[in-house]
Amino acid sequence: MPINYYIFLALALFSIGVVGVLTRRNAIIIFMCIELMLNAANLLLVAFSKTHEATASLATSGSDAQIFVFFIMVVAAAEVTVGLAIIVMMYRNTHSIDVNFLNRLKN
Amino acid sequence: MDPQNISITFPHLLIFVPLLAGLVTFLFKKEATVKYWSLFSCVITLLISLLSLYYSNNKALSGLDFNYVWLPHIGASFSVSLDGMARLLTFLTAVSFPLIITATFKNQYKNSNIFYGLLLLTQAGLMGVFLASDALLFYFFWELAIIPVYFLCSRWGGEKRMAATFKFFIYTFTGSLLMLIGIIYVYLHTAAVHDRAGALISEHSFAISYFYAAELSAPQQNFLFWLFFIAFAIKMPVFPFHTWQPDTYEQSPTAVTMVLSGVMVKMGLFGVIRWLLPMFPQAVLKFDMIVIMLSVIGILYASLIAVRQDDLKRLVAYSSIAHIGLMCATIFTTKQIGMEGVMIQMFNHGINIIGLWIVIELIEKQLGVRKISELSGVAHDAPILTIMLVVIAFANIALPLTNSFVGEFMMFSGLFQFNVWFAVAALISIILAAVYTLNMVQKVFYGQANPLAATIKEISVNEQIALGIIVVAIFVTGIYPQPLFDLTNDTVMQLITKFK
Amino acid sequence: MSNTLQIVWLIPFLPLIGFLINGLGRKQLSKTLSGFIGSSVILASFLICVFVFFQVKNGNTAIVHYFDFINTASLKVGFDFQIDQLSSLFLLIITGVGFLIHIYSTSYMHDEESKDFAKFFAYLNLFVFSMLLLVMGGNYIIMFIGWEGVGLCSYLLIGFWFKDNSNNDAAKKAFVMNRIGDFGFLLAVFWLIAKLGTVNYGLHGVASGSEDIGVLTILYSKLSTFDITGITLLLFVGATGKSAQIPLYTWLPDAMAGPTPVSALIHAATMVTAGIYMIARSNILFTMAPFTQCVIAVIGLATALVAATIALQQNDIKKVLAYSTVSQLGYMFLALGVGAYTGAVFHVMTHAFFKALLFLGAGSVIHAMGGEQDMRNMGGLKKHMSITHITFLLGCLTIAGMPPFAAFFSKDQILAAAYESNPVYWVVGVLTAFITAFYMFRLYGMTFLGKFRGTHDQEHHLHESPSAITLPLIILAILSVIGGWIGIPEVFMHGGDRLEAFLEPVFAKSNALVASLHPTHELSHSTEYALMAVSVVGALIAIVYAWNKFSKYQKSTAEETGLGKILANKWYVDEFYNAIIVKPMQSIAGFLNNVVEKKGIDGFVNGVGKAVNYSSRQFRLLQTGQVSAYMLLMVVATLILFIIQLFL
Repeated sequence: MPINYYIFLALALFSIGVVGVLTRRNAIIIFMCIELMLNAANLLLVAFSKTHEATASLATSGSDAQIFVFFIMVVAAAEVTVGLAIIVMMYRNTHSIDVNFLNRLKN
Repeated sequence: MDPQNISITFPHLLIFVPLLAGLVTFLFKKEATVKYWSLFSCVITLLISLLSLYYSNNKALSGLDFNYVWLPHIGASFSVSLDGMARLLTFLTAVSFPLIITATFKNQYKNSNIFYGLLLLTQAGLMGVFLASDALLFYFFWELAIIPVYFLCSRWGGEKRMAATFKFFIYTFTGSLLMLIGIIYVYLHTAAVHDRAGALISEHSFAISYFYAAELSAPQQNFLFWLFFIAFAIKMPVFPFHTWQPDTYEQSPTAVTMVLSGVMVKMGLFGVIRWLLPMFPQAVLKFDMIVIMLSVIGILYASLIAVRQDDLKRLVAYSSIAHIGLMCATIFTTKQIGMEGVMIQMFNHGINIIGLWIVIELIEKQLGVRKISELSGVAHDAPILTIMLVVIAFANIALPLTNSFVGEFMMFSGLFQFNVWFAVAALISIILAAVYTLNMVQKVFYGQANPLAATIKEISVNEQIALGIIVVAIFVTGIYPQPLFDLTNDTVMQLITKFK
Repeated sequence: MSNTLQIVWLIPFLPLIGFLINGLGRKQLSKTLSGFIGSSVILASFLICVFVFFQVKNGNTAIVHYFDFINTASLKVGFDFQIDQLSSLFLLIITGVGFLIHIYSTSYMHDEESKDFAKFFAYLNLFVFSMLLLVMGGNYIIMFIGWEGVGLCSYLLIGFWFKDNSNNDAAKKAFVMNRIGDFGFLLAVFWLIAKLGTVNYGLHGVASGSEDIGVLTILYSKLSTFDITGITLLLFVGATGKSAQIPLYTWLPDAMAGPTPVSALIHAATMVTAGIYMIARSNILFTMAPFTQCVIAVIGLATALVAATIALQQNDIKKVLAYSTVSQLGYMFLALGVGAYTGAVFHVMTHAFFKALLFLGAGSVIHAMGGEQDMRNMGGLKKHMSITHITFLLGCLTIAGMPPFAAFFSKDQILAAAYESNPVYWVVGVLTAFITAFYMFRLYGMTFLGKFRGTHDQEHHLHESPSAITLPLIILAILSVIGGWIGIPEVFMHGGDRLEAFLEPVFAKSNALVASLHPTHELSHSTEYALMAVSVVGALIAIVYAWNKFSKYQKSTAEETGLGKILANKWYVDEFYNAIIVKPMQSIAGFLNNVVEKKGIDGFVNGVGKAVNYSSRQFRLLQTGQVSAYMLLMVVATLILFIIQLFL
């Protein structure tokens, strides 16, 4: 399967993520959109890794990118815990998960 | 240090005595102690300066300078030297501070230890500026002289002091930074320094002789000329860089104003003579017309504005701008006769303007106003003050046998030799000077005393001493100016040979 | 140089000592003492001047060098005194007339408080010092020191009663107008320095040990005609300021605000002749500049005529005399302009006598009238003040040019020279002389003849002045009568013009130059007699007419109309200057101050600050605190970078 399909899919996912982050005000949805962007990146990493595996000169090179994906997933998981905790705290304080309520740092 | 050459420490003493005295001042608590201490240190400095004048007549010691390696790897050294002009200007600095402190002795300042400490630091900075023969050192002292003034103005100044100080600060720092850029640029074009064995010490040097010898192409000189000139022009100040001056003079405490106008404006003139002219002779010859034109415009402009001033301080400020403009114009003619005039005028202008400030301060302190329109008939109850003022005022308009005459005469003469029409235009200022000065004298001192002026009392003894010294100095240097010429002869000759 | 003339430093030094004693001790000294000190120092220097004069008469002239005033590589100016025929003559006039006026002042100023009295004498002494410096100076710089010094003293003395602001205005006006003259003088000196590198006169050799041969001997080779014309014109500008000529004469009438002895000494006898002295001193330069001479003659004549016409309509006794001074100074400039240097100096001398006499006489009258200066309130004083009256009458006859009084000879010399040069000069000059005779006898008639028109109170107080006042009057009257006899023209007496012979060395070069340029055409004796006859007869008619008209003068309230009004208002010159110089200068200064300085330059500087402030306030708005806005910016910026990376 040509690599193009993966790229287009990843691009679509990433764009959806970006637009979601920019347009939505619900913190959880923004969070999900960020995940979406991360996953788009993961998808590309895996796809390129698979494509270039045959021509790789080093023995380990075929699996490098896939290891990075695991890293990203772990970081994303950690991020989710912290992020969700923040959202919970935010809900407790403001009874809302609208990010526009978070402009209090100003002034 | 070579014990037989003890006199080479003069430049060091001139810098470090006020510096250390200033730092010590911060430690004192009692106001009286602070005042007597700072007066004492100023007098010591004056004595050192007098000794340096005396010994410098001795030919064997004429090259009074001393090098001490400061930052060897970048070619900076603590090198100071006393040539004629430096001797004259350090003497001016040394004379003016005791006068200033005596005349304002009765003034009360909050945190007087900090006030006088900063004042003495300024003196150290000024001394350093006049003595440094190393560009980095020069820049260091330049800033050391300005920064205390900034604090002095902003803490002890008049009502609108913050705005005025801010303006002063931005102006002078813009200038300083331009100069710093210039110094670094020239530095990068200086030759490498080797020790006696031929080993490389540093790639470049900040020493003044290396700066003079820096290899600079004509376009480089042109651009560097403006960097330095603007820095010095702001300090002098030359039209159109002058607008900080009236505001700052008006808002500063008078002691600081005296330092600023009496001594600090000479930093700009000194900088031009010591650094700008010898470093970029070609650029000077290329741009002399522009600079002189600016200066001459400034002379007329400031004189005309002075005619319309109602505030005594602003009047003197504009009159000073006019006088400094003349000096600046004359320096750039690079004519010998003019240069000789500039030298002695730098000294005399300092003396006169400090005298004017003292008189204004005395009036303002007693009556609380300095608007010409609100004063009248002061002469009636304060005849001594009036006589002093009249003498100083006539010195300010360069009447013969007062100190300014010879200097101004020679400066105009130099300007005339450079360009007749500039001289004609600049000479109009002597008429305008008579107009505004006599106007001031007449309105403030003559006429019927108004109720306010009738409350003035005759000046006290220490004020009489300060003014008396100034008046005597005005006549002595006016009748016999030759010592001042002899003193600065070497500097002038050195400079003039560069332009022949 | 061990020369007896070495002591000449005492001449100016003594008045300086007097100034210092009176100035510093003004609170301690009694009036008698300060008057005595003030007068005796002048007497002492007068005696030295007499000694010096006879030395000079015996041919002992010198330039005495005391110390180097300026000694640099580019300019050498010695503190030199030049003693020659010209300066010794002026020295005599200054100290002689000066002494008489000091004596006069001891009485005239006696109503002042003792410290003001001492101050007055201090100033007078300082003035004499400066004037002596001016005359004795061995180069243009020392002359300029005196030149400015007399200006300063004039300023101080005009504003002596400083509580009245109109006096201060007059003083300031005098000083500023003199400064305008100085402007020209200084430029001329700069020009000389630029071209010749020296400011010494160098007419009679030089101070010993100096290689500098001076302006007046080397100018042939180094100065072009343009230079000489320019320099002389500028020097003349200086002279117009100090000697009150068109266009700078208006300060002198205002200067009458000062005490009367001051008017007599400074504004009639001595200071105002400084310009004439200066031109006579530099005579060779002026002889070499025919154009300048022409300008001087025309200006001098115009001043003489204009001032005389104004004097016709003045009612203040001192103002009339002031305009008459301006007019007489115009005569002297006419003489300089036509090259009759001796005539000018001669007239300076006679004028010093008769004008000092007239001023002091007027002072005596004012004293008697209790400060009244308006002639319309005088009249009939002849009965009350016989000495003042007689001496004043002699003064009037002298100024009117009646033979054998002094001014007849000096005026005749000038007019003859003017006729020789250009008959038109002569016509205007004689016309002015007629007017002079007329207004002087108008003054005389209104003051001394007819009935007293003042208040009863004043009439009650009328009295002859004390001897300290009348004695100087008598001496000056005698001098006014006989002072002219040292310059009797050839036509009357062979060798009668002893002044000409005395001053010959000073003007020798000029005379030689003139002789080489123009073939001499002496006036025939008959022409000379005719010229004299015309001026004397004309003046006599004017006198008789004025005598008849004003001996029965009645006060009238009718306003003058037509020409009279213009003359009474002094041709509106003050108003004219106000409109074209003072007002525009004030408004330009105001414009610069309010618009260019505050709004322009300072506005620009402050504008930079404001712009920084404003723009940061605008940029601050970007910081909304909205997370999505930040994100949007981030994405947009990333995309832009992306595009730049890809396509550019």
